[in-house]
Amino acid sequence: MNEQVVSREVVVGMRQGLHARPADILAREARKWRSRIELANAAQRVDGKSILEVLTLAAEAGTRLVVEATGPDAREAIEAIGSLFDSNFNEQHVEDNS
Amino acid sequence: MKFSDFVAVDAIRSNIDADTKEGVIREMAQSLVDAGSVAAGDLESIVKAIMKREDLGSTGIGRGVAVPHTKHPSVRRLVGTVAVSHDGVDFESLDGEPVQLFFLLVSPPDRPGDHLRALENISRQLRDESFCKQLKSAKGPLEIQHLLEEADSHGVAS
Repeated sequence: MNEQVVSREVVVGMRQGLHARPADILAREARKWRSRIELANAAQRVDGKSILEVLTLAAEAGTRLVVEATGPDAREAIEAIGSLFDSNFNEQHVEDNS
Repeated sequence: MKFSDFVAVDAIRSNIDADTKEGVIREMAQSLVDAGSVAAGDLESIVKAIMKREDLGSTGIGRGVAVPHTKHPSVRRLVGTVAVSHDGVDFESLDGEPVQLFFLLVSPPDRPGDHLRALENISRQLRDESFCKQLKSAKGPLEIQHLLEEADSHGVAS
């Protein structure tokens, strides 16, 4: 099998950080791929397919993370996950005062 | 951040009756009112805000755990509580499993960092499967409180 390892750096651009909703979107996207997906900050490396694990990064706005995919579809997976970060997970910066 | 930094111990419930998402959220928000952590007059608005957040995507994070939450201008600091449903409730979680263990959080709108650190603490502690199981099978609120205290004392301070 063609095992590839592909990684890229991403920046958490959302004002609220990598909170529950983007973590959910990220894990759902990661689960679409056969490759193993990992996220790493300076202190730890976690499974990108688990919301629970992603939340333990407590990544605030501005945090730099490395996303790494290992497997047959690593390149496509990194492209898809990278674009989630690039688009700030489509978070609208509308403050909700309700 | 530790559980004791945000969990209102008087609002912990070990056996909630609600069998719907909104029912669980309402029962937990009411327990925060009863514990004096939020004002009775803010109950409806808090429940509505948490339901609105759930509409954006479920806060069921897997392993039978959900973290319903909202920002709300009525609180000055992060407040939260813990509840267990023995039967489990459908929360549209990522893994499709019913949820038995709930952490409800209400945070001031201007403190996103505290909210993230509370989520970090909850998810880090719940990676320990036996801790998760013990919470779900706790006999009463006091046992849940003791389990949280024990987790706090073992955890790395952050």
